[in-house]
Amino acid sequence: MSLAESVLQGNRLALARLLTQVENETSQGLEDLNRLFPHTGKAHIVGVTGAPGTGKSSLVNQLITAFRHPPEGQQPRRVAVIAVDPSSPFSGGAILGDRVRMRDVAGDADVFIRSTASRGALGGVAASTANLVQVFDAAGFEMIFVETVGAGQAEVEIARLAHTVIVVEAPGLGDDIQAIKAGILEIADIIVLNKADRPLADNAERALRMMLELATRKSNPATDESPPLLEWRPPILRTVATEGRGIQEVVDAIWHHRHFLETSGEWERRERRRLCAELENLLQAALMKRLQETISPETYQGVVDDLVSRQLSPRQALEILLDGVKR
Amino acid sequence: MSERKIRVLIAKPGLDGHDRGAKVVARALRDAGMEVIYTGLRQTPEMIAEAALQEDVDVIGLSILSGAHMALVPRVLDLLRAQGQANVKVFVGGIIPDEDIPRLLEMGVVGVYGPGTLTEQIIKDIHAAVGEPYQPAHP
Repeated sequence: MSLAESVLQGNRLALARLLTQVENETSQGLEDLNRLFPHTGKAHIVGVTGAPGTGKSSLVNQLITAFRHPPEGQQPRRVAVIAVDPSSPFSGGAILGDRVRMRDVAGDADVFIRSTASRGALGGVAASTANLVQVFDAAGFEMIFVETVGAGQAEVEIARLAHTVIVVEAPGLGDDIQAIKAGILEIADIIVLNKADRPLADNAERALRMMLELATRKSNPATDESPPLLEWRPPILRTVATEGRGIQEVVDAIWHHRHFLETSGEWERRERRRLCAELENLLQAALMKRLQETISPETYQGVVDDLVSRQLSPRQALEILLDGVKR
Repeated sequence: MSERKIRVLIAKPGLDGHDRGAKVVARALRDAGMEVIYTGLRQTPEMIAEAALQEDVDVIGLSILSGAHMALVPRVLDLLRAQGQANVKVFVGGIIPDEDIPRLLEMGVVGVYGPGTLTEQIIKDIHAAVGEPYQPAHP
């Protein structure tokens, strides 16, 4: 039996092994991914992003618990977490420490937490993250949380990947000019002001509200698409994740957002956008590989030599390399 | 992009609260190019085995300073075997009396490290245990 079949039957060890194969892009892993793809498209993918130390992992820990133990009358959901931490640019190694805060759910067979290193990708998630999401989706996890590396202003890749993006802020991180800069706040569907018991929480909330008031989303953040017909205004919610305060409100906001996505047609649009982005990434990598195969290393190094000695500009070098391909 | 990384779980089972050594080792393994999952203090053997499964690690490093190693280590090993992860290499570090070392190795532990161990030695042993050629980093 292939790993993919075992995964579909609910085998957790097979799931863990397949995630590794997919992360390492082995031919076996990629083949299994093809087999799983028809089973995907059911999960609600929630991105959790924000600056380092704002409490993303603690929030995710509470959210898992809330989705596993919902209020009376609601179904518990199967929850997967992909927690991304940065790889060292020097050694390629990584410390993956998000599990430290996610221990309230230990021993629950319907929770699966996987730590993963960014492996050089700069968008806040790893190149393989979208594929790992697909594996969890096919394995029947209904809620998939993707926690990005501690992100600043430009790590907006998560907006392409998730249905719902939660941006986690904390008091004292910056003044109101930070709030009106471009970037991470623009991709928020839900803004969580964590550590709300700290001083300056009121100031932080005021700055965020001011930013939201000014913001009228003209178009979709990751593409040039026109804005959705129904406007979604990101709520600002206060939490103290370490104590579990304000968590149910975040859960409610996730459900509200999902309802909005489904009734506005935005769910399909995001699905399309997500798969389109994935295809583009694959195309880029494949074209790059094909290019490298057609140009001999000697030719390539020769062009680089000319570049270094300033005989060619980068654009002229590009033309020479592309001409080599056309020929 | 698609290169394989050695994945290591560093865990502290039991009740002792001193994780400096575990953190030093975690950092050294990171600098040797490994992906190190750090789980923090006071883990039960069940939590460690479960984390090892979800993370599909090649290696587990258990840091134990409490003296409870003869109870905790076999429990972790048993759980790993029961869930089909007998292939995972288990190392133990901390305060381990000399007479206990052969017994731990007999149980299936791959290496035992006391105070003063060079991290270089641990890195070398991990590479040997997972069957990957060891290449020291260029200075």
